Amino acid sequence: MQDALGGVQTVLVLGGGSDLGLATARRLVDDRATTVVLAGRDPGAMAEGADSLRRAGARRVEVASFDALDRGSHGAFVERCWAEYGDIDLVLVAFGVLGDQDVAEHDADAALAIIDANFTGAVSVLIPLIDRMRAQGHGTVVVLSSVAGERARRSNFVYGSSKAGLDAFCQGMGDALVGTGVRMMIVRPGFVHSKMTEGLDPAPLATTPEAVADAIVEGLAKGREIVWVPAALRGVMSGLRHVPRPVFRRLPV
Amino acid sequence: MLLSGWGGTSPSRAEVRHPFDDADVVAAVRERPHRGVVARGLGRAYGDAAQNSGGLVLDATAMRGVRHLDVERARATVAAGTSLDDLMRWLLPEGFFLVTPGTRSVTVGGAIASDIHGKGHHADGTFGSNVRALTLVDGTGTERHLTPEDTPEEFWATTGGMGLTGVITEAEIDLIPVETSMILADTERASDLDDLMARMDARDDEYRYSVAWIDCLATGRSTGRGILDRGDHARIEDLKPARRANPRAFDPHAVISAPPIFPSGLVNRWTVRAFNELWFRKSPKRSEGHLVDIGWFFHPLDLITGWNRLYGPRGFVQYQFVVPFGQERAVQTAVERLSLAGAPSLLAVLKRFGPANPAPLSFPQPGWTLALDIPVGDPTLPNLLDGLDDLVLDAGGRVYLAKDARVRPEHLAAMYPRLDEWRAVRHRLDPDGTLRSDLARRLGL
Ligand SMILES: Cc1cc2nc3c(=O)[nH]c(=O)nc-3n(C[C@H](O)[C@H](O)[C@H](O)COP(=O)(O)OP(=O)(O)OC[C@H]3O[C@@H](n4cnc5c(N)ncnc54)[C@H](O)[C@@H]3O)c2cc1C
Ligand SMILES: NC(=O)c1ccc[n+]([C@@H]2O[C@H](COP(=O)([O-])OP(=O)(O)OC[C@H]3O[C@@H](n4cnc5c(N)ncnc54)[C@H](OP(=O)(O)O)[C@@H]3O)[C@@H](O)[C@H]2O)c1
Repeated sequence: MQDALGGVQTVLVLGGGSDLGLATARRLVDDRATTVVLAGRDPGAMAEGADSLRRAGARRVEVASFDALDRGSHGAFVERCWAEYGDIDLVLVAFGVLGDQDVAEHDADAALAIIDANFTGAVSVLIPLIDRMRAQGHGTVVVLSSVAGERARRSNFVYGSSKAGLDAFCQGMGDALVGTGVRMMIVRPGFVHSKMTEGLDPAPLATTPEAVADAIVEGLAKGREIVWVPAALRGVMSGLRHVPRPVFRRLPV
Repeated sequence: MLLSGWGGTSPSRAEVRHPFDDADVVAAVRERPHRGVVARGLGRAYGDAAQNSGGLVLDATAMRGVRHLDVERARATVAAGTSLDDLMRWLLPEGFFLVTPGTRSVTVGGAIASDIHGKGHHADGTFGSNVRALTLVDGTGTERHLTPEDTPEEFWATTGGMGLTGVITEAEIDLIPVETSMILADTERASDLDDLMARMDARDDEYRYSVAWIDCLATGRSTGRGILDRGDHARIEDLKPARRANPRAFDPHAVISAPPIFPSGLVNRWTVRAFNELWFRKSPKRSEGHLVDIGWFFHPLDLITGWNRLYGPRGFVQYQFVVPFGQERAVQTAVERLSLAGAPSLLAVLKRFGPANPAPLSFPQPGWTLALDIPVGDPTLPNLLDGLDDLVLDAGGRVYLAKDARVRPEHLAAMYPRLDEWRAVRHRLDPDGTLRSDLARRLGL
């Protein structure tokens, strides 16, 4: 169960190898979480993350196999999770790919691979998962969106459009969930130093997975619907939203 | 329906039904709903005790009324969904009062399930200690008549059992005969916590009712300054002659209703500091033998309907603990930490408990209990309260389940050492685990 201060007991991380996902799971374990399920494509690669959660004090850490692209498996995956782990208090949707913008701009398959992982795949697993949570009568879904979805940018609009789709879907779903006991929280980080951004030039206001984790935990305690990391991005983006396109195109963001 | 406790935190959704009588309850329990069933009274438990996410909740308030009043023995048989407000309106004019918590808006069933206490605990014990018999529909849907003499294990497991042994449908309770509906009260101001506790130690036993209010935001030399309110039922000759014709009149009204929508964050350390200051100043340094209404003395918060909404949609938690006598230091440390943290707590309540009763999960034990409300949202709050749990545990104390919404489950067995004994009886009453609540899930009860 979730407690009054946002503490949760059982956590499922979709994209269990994600740096942001693991940092958040660790924060939740430091607080109250006792059971964490890491679900991802490569169970071997998640073993180290699982160990770090055990060392942090989690009583039960499991690794499950989950591929966002394998849509046909999602229904059964969700049923198995509930059968094996009981009530799940919090699901963190942390999988995603950045892709290569230069390739994706010209190669439809490459573009669709990004959109399938980040948007279509997320919708496909979120629907059965949220239905299960509605039946449970409580729970929180935390979805990692991105500032890139807030306004399309020349430099990464394929990724950005996949996040825009995900973000819009989750906003609407959050409204649909009012009164069901299930909550949706959308997280919009800026540039975070992680595997995904390794080797890229950091954008202004770049932050760390730990800062994202802290912001998520605080958002849970405050019952937030949308969390920006760092928080200052909220103001920055509401300004940038109105910058004329000819100017915006040239901004180094 | 989306349900939450009085603190408005961790809402969850459940199917809610309103049984009218025992047969309805039996039928509902025998359906063995897939995610279980639990009873709910007026939802005044602060946390998730009367919630059952995804399952069935039986709102007991349609089972209401006094079924029998034995004037000779000062005893009433009442339906479990009856509120204490109704009971006081009906019974005070007849010359009877009952053990009451800080609000009249609780049901008899809720009062037994939480084994609630009032300002008179040191004299009268808990609500459950004043129950002579009760009817319980257990987890198999079987009706049982429980008494402390014939079925002590089941009776005491149900008292304080947080609804997890079954649904209480009726209870026979001892009443407190009174001549008037007024309290003859003494009020004193204490300059700090030492002073306050010394005054309580010295003279609490001379009063039937006693409670102190502490200003947790006062710092420095005034840390823990407080107001001590004590009294007993007034007798007819204590009343002004004009009032003697109708000594037991009782018709309290809320004076104001909190607006339904109120933003979070208005209850903060500045507004609370101002309120506490005002409250402290308005109390006389010392006043002896003044007459106050029963409602004003016991239930001042009932004057503001829906005051919990003032905390906004994020809600608030109440932290209440007890530590044994001899552990005064723990109370001091708790108040100091709260004061240092600047946690915006409106008046904390301090009381000395009398002896415990035989119920394994009953909260009161001889010692000091402190209760305070804190708005949710400050990111340092979880650590502050976890730290207070450790302090309380080290002192051999516990937190109150009817107020809890956040304690770590691993602390439960240390706080309630008779937990396993209770579990064994609960298992007899509910072998299939049909009775379930969010509190039970959260704490692994
Ligand atoms: C302003 C305020 C002041 C308070 N002051 C005090 C105080 O001074 N002392 C004190 O001890 N408590 C106090 N409380 C707490 C309150 O007395 C308890 O939480 C009480 O249990 C609430 O009763 P309820 O009818 O609202 O029950 P609910 O909150 O609806 O339920 C509480 C528990 O009782 C169970 N329950 C309810 N009805 C039944 C039934 N028919 N059969 C079986 N189980 C049942 C529920 O399952 C749940 O576990 C206060 C609360 C408030 C809001
Ligand atoms: N880092 C940032 O700057 C940033 C900013 C804003 C938003 N985000 C978002 O935050 C989330 C986490 O990112 P991160 O920084 O933690 O990146 P990360 O460490 O690269 O993690 C992403 C994870 O997604 C998994 N994944 C990719 N495709 C998958 C699929 N088809 N099925 C299952 N899992 C798949 C990856 O697993 P594999 O090892 O199997 O590929 C990887 O573990 C992502 O949604 C990302 O878009 C990140």
